[in-house]
Amino acid sequence: MAVTLTTGPRAAARASDRHRRGVGRWIVLVVVGVAALAMLVPFAFMLLNAFKSPGDYSTNGPLSWPTEFYTTGLRTYWEQVDFPVKLWNSIVISGSVAVLAVVVSLLSAYALGIGRVRGRLWIIGLFLLANMLPQEALIYPLYHFAKEAGLYNTRLAVIIIFTVIQAAFGTYLLASVLGTFPRTLLEAAALDGAGKWRILWRVVLPNIRPTISVLLVFFFIWTWNEFLIPLVMLIDNQTQTVPVALASLQGDRLMDAPTTNAGALLSLLPAILFFLVFQRTLARGITAGADK
Amino acid sequence: MALPDTAAPPRASTSSSTPTAERKRRPDRSHAAYWLFLLPGAVLFLLVIGGPLVYTGYLSLTKWSGVGDPTFIGLDNYRNLLTDDVFWTSFKNTIAMIVAMVVVPTLVGLVLAAVLFDTIGRKFRPRTAAALRAAFYLPQVLPVVVAGIVWGWILRPDGALNGLLEAVGLGALSHDWLGDPTTALPAVMAVMIWVQIGYPVVVFMAALERVNPELYEAAEIDGAGWWQRFRAITLAQIRPETFVVGLTCTIAAMKVFGPIYALTRGGPENATNVPSYFAYFTFFKRLNVGYGSAISMVLTLIIVVVAVLFIRAQNRAERRDGVL
Repeated sequence: MAVTLTTGPRAAARASDRHRRGVGRWIVLVVVGVAALAMLVPFAFMLLNAFKSPGDYSTNGPLSWPTEFYTTGLRTYWEQVDFPVKLWNSIVISGSVAVLAVVVSLLSAYALGIGRVRGRLWIIGLFLLANMLPQEALIYPLYHFAKEAGLYNTRLAVIIIFTVIQAAFGTYLLASVLGTFPRTLLEAAALDGAGKWRILWRVVLPNIRPTISVLLVFFFIWTWNEFLIPLVMLIDNQTQTVPVALASLQGDRLMDAPTTNAGALLSLLPAILFFLVFQRTLARGITAGADK
Repeated sequence: MALPDTAAPPRASTSSSTPTAERKRRPDRSHAAYWLFLLPGAVLFLLVIGGPLVYTGYLSLTKWSGVGDPTFIGLDNYRNLLTDDVFWTSFKNTIAMIVAMVVVPTLVGLVLAAVLFDTIGRKFRPRTAAALRAAFYLPQVLPVVVAGIVWGWILRPDGALNGLLEAVGLGALSHDWLGDPTTALPAVMAVMIWVQIGYPVVVFMAALERVNPELYEAAEIDGAGWWQRFRAITLAQIRPETFVVGLTCTIAAMKVFGPIYALTRGGPENATNVPSYFAYFTFFKRLNVGYGSAISMVLTLIIVVVAVLFIRAQNRAERRDGVL
């Protein structure tokens, strides 16, 4: 990486004459390209070893080309952790959280951004603060009360908790978006006799649909990738999520290297799929906050 | 973990520019009705965040194993923290995490974003820049625990890194990277840099899209070299984003848990322990709930203080810009 630093100025010196497009730019391209490839090396290692038999791995090591196209590792992991169940759990939890958190955020943000209720700056500050809290500061009471309420080891407990955690951020963001919502639109709708409830769903929501879709995607992916709370709350095969399943199997030290890689590959595929499908939305969302 | 705080814009939510017409209007009696919309959010918030936070605060003043009733012991847990070596080690390691997740990614990200935008984006096709950016960003979309498990295997004694070293004739350097207290922390830091680097690159590149390309062209015609353009245009334009990246990554670094769990579980000999893992371990493995709560409260307090300092620094910088 440090190389980029030194080639930069040199490349610029060469290119400073606007008409002489020298080899400098190619040097820069090669250096950055090599750095980008280096980022992908761990994925290459994982792929190479996900399709290798344990015997092959122990005799030929991690860098050799697999002697046969070995898929038993993938199948072993799939069956051992009952992967479809894990996938379904992750989808149910992340999907419910995304929808519920958006609804809760929208309701609160409507009161704060458009209703301008008293003390709203304090309330928004509180939500912002909640977003920064370490989950360790909440986890033990949540664990304890979930046990008391009979919600321990249920997907519902995790759904409720993440709905609130994500909504804390969503409220903060949407309140700031709705704070600049055109008043004339609201007044026109009110003159037509629409009530607050109707204005929210018929006037406000259609106008901020792009922001809502960004939030849905982000909430889904963030919840999918969460670890501490699912790790504490979900303890058996029927309730665990994709990342927790891989981590707890690794914890058992039962897995040989090829199975570890096969499991990691299976666990990464959904995330890579989301990345490809939602690339545009993600790019829009990442910059949404920094927008000035 | 990596993304959660991405889009937090540290600015006030509502514009203060109320049109005069609106101010003159008679007070809206129906404002109160909006409280109804706040109700579900408020109840859930108290149940899942407010209540548990206060309860953790109370538990930090007690001795409790999780069964029976907590015994009130005042500030004893906090007093014990002050003389607990593991506690101090874990906060020292937080500084290492800030270096790996904030300082290095932000500096390298600035240079990378500028090179991708200014050199590669303009002198090659923008598509080339976008493809390279995607490669840097990919680790950010993965569940960080899964990435941690792949890295844990790569760094194992019989893992890919040692295999690679042997293949290039440096077998003498092969090592139990995560098992040796002297190399474990640098190894974890390297993994965190890999995880984190894509975030500043993407945010800074998006910020540069705002900049008028003619500015770069004009500077180039005037004979400004790459370094001068970087300092005068790039850095100046993306300062707000640098604040956002600095704040969100610092908070993420102070909260880091998943990668530590997957890579080292805080070991060997606490060489990679961090406050959040220390708290988790104290809660659920040592069953010392009061002490774990005290660790969590200290961590929370530090995070809040750091966030407030960041936001105030940014506000001051913005005000200074306004004057100039």
